[in-house]
Amino acid sequence: MVRCGAANAFAMSITREEVAKIASLARIRMDEAELDRMVPELNNILGWVEQLGEVDTSSVEPMTAVIPQAMRLRDDVVDADPLTAGGRREDVLANAPAAEHGFFGVPKVIE
Amino acid sequence: MTDLTNLGVKAIRDGVAAGDFTAREVAEAFNANVAAAKDLNAFIVATPEKALEAADAVDAKRAKGEELGTMGGVPIGMKDLFCTDGVQTTAASHILEGFVPQYESTVSANLWRAGAGMLGKLNLDQFAMGSSNETSYFGNVISPWRKPGSNAALIPGGSSGGSSTAVAARLAPAATGTDTGGSIRQPAAVTGITGIKPTYGRCSRWGVVAFASSLDQAGPMARDVTDCAIMLEAMAGFDPKDSTSLDMPVPQWEAGLNADLKGKKVGIPHEYRMDGTDQAILESWERGKEWLRDAGAEIVDISLPHTKYALPAYYIIAPAEASSNLARYDGVRYGLRDLPEGAGLQDMYAATRAAGFGDEVKRRILIGTYVLSAGFYDAYYTQAQKIRTLVAQDFEKAWNECDLILAPTTPNAAFPLGGFDGDPLAMYLNDVFAVPASLAGLPAMSVPAMLNGDGLPLGLQIVSKPFDEQGVLNAGLAIEQRSGFDATPDKWW
Repeated sequence: MVRCGAANAFAMSITREEVAKIASLARIRMDEAELDRMVPELNNILGWVEQLGEVDTSSVEPMTAVIPQAMRLRDDVVDADPLTAGGRREDVLANAPAAEHGFFGVPKVIE
Repeated sequence: MTDLTNLGVKAIRDGVAAGDFTAREVAEAFNANVAAAKDLNAFIVATPEKALEAADAVDAKRAKGEELGTMGGVPIGMKDLFCTDGVQTTAASHILEGFVPQYESTVSANLWRAGAGMLGKLNLDQFAMGSSNETSYFGNVISPWRKPGSNAALIPGGSSGGSSTAVAARLAPAATGTDTGGSIRQPAAVTGITGIKPTYGRCSRWGVVAFASSLDQAGPMARDVTDCAIMLEAMAGFDPKDSTSLDMPVPQWEAGLNADLKGKKVGIPHEYRMDGTDQAILESWERGKEWLRDAGAEIVDISLPHTKYALPAYYIIAPAEASSNLARYDGVRYGLRDLPEGAGLQDMYAATRAAGFGDEVKRRILIGTYVLSAGFYDAYYTQAQKIRTLVAQDFEKAWNECDLILAPTTPNAAFPLGGFDGDPLAMYLNDVFAVPASLAGLPAMSVPAMLNGDGLPLGLQIVSKPFDEQGVLNAGLAIEQRSGFDATPDKWW
């Protein structure tokens, strides 16, 4: 396993432990069978995208905006657009799996 | 009376305005087709009452002599990626099953304001990730097309597979689609209909379930070019709620339609002639050149040297953005919650996302998480964004030599359901011709060209400069007028 931050340096292949680590970072629970299936699939895809390393991009800027635009700022007005304004607690909570007392409910968190 | 479901957007709008039939009659006719087409599985939810309600409003306006709108009396299908106020919106996922938005997406609101009505929410690949509509939690969409003499189910393309099927099978005169890397153009091509992805930013992304935000664009899918022009005009427009919305007036694309291409140069990129491309695809391309030449255009050879790198770059960029966008599905604010006995917050996240996402979505989230992770970010993500710059520069250079580009939409016709099971990578290659224009944010359209030897439709793709939807539509119209394509699937459902 090559760990390297430089451009054009790709990992050789991704291990089962690494897939488990990524799944954990992505907060997706995966059982053993799922991991077994995922490892070759991901390696297949990552192996294929490695061809990008053939291209010399040393003098190329990475794209940040496909259609160049200046960043807009909205007017500094309270509730400028009613659709994105405040005062809609019921709407915001309407689809919550567990809403109590005007809040989102989550399992007890004790550190 | 003629079967109203054989009419397209323009014919319905003009017929309602002229009083040849009422909007309610149109809505009833399409509602009946939707109800009778369960075998196609094109709709996740049908909303016949919504279609009737909008139709009655249009009929009432007409009785009072008021303006009916540019889509007045036209019922449409809405891809289930657009949030619709009070109507379940799922992105074809389990994690959003039962989610009922409390607001309306800008694009759908624009359509209702123009007089359109909603027949229902259309099936799609889960979170718009797929090219065959086989990743939906609500089952596969089946193409209305079959090879003559065969009962084998074919794919309707994806991710807008419910949209393509609904239009091709006459369940709707038109439907919304979204295109991240070909999701309007590829399904349009394989079902013999027309679809356009406008310049990135033309249609607001506000209220559209996000997949890859730097690529996602909405657009219309319909039976012909004129109908697409009408509907795109209704969908597009500046929206301050989308930070990448184009602050430009919407051109009058319908009024500007003109199939005379005199003085236009059409580029043929030789890199799109890939090894192993289907013979019928190459033949459709040759015919396309002839049609455009006949319309007055000059055909020139061009080069887009980084074409082969566009697809692998896309499969880094799109999953990277998806992994970030889909982080919002956490079982807290909306959608599914899976809370195992005694589980804490972190376990709840992981269980919810395991239960709520399908395999392809998980695969792409993992790829995206990996290419953005410390130590790999530069090698994968930054390199892909640099390649994206090169792909866009290829097009910019090409515009010195031509005004438009003509290419096939897909490397093959519709394939059988399950044709790529267990080989996601082979499936990805279906979008090889569609993805470059997505990476460059360019307007691109697919129009039907011909049937192949198996009796299945093939599409041609036209690409133009940023903001030149008119050029794309005009060339599409020139092809449409010459192809004589009027094939429709034989009804079996």
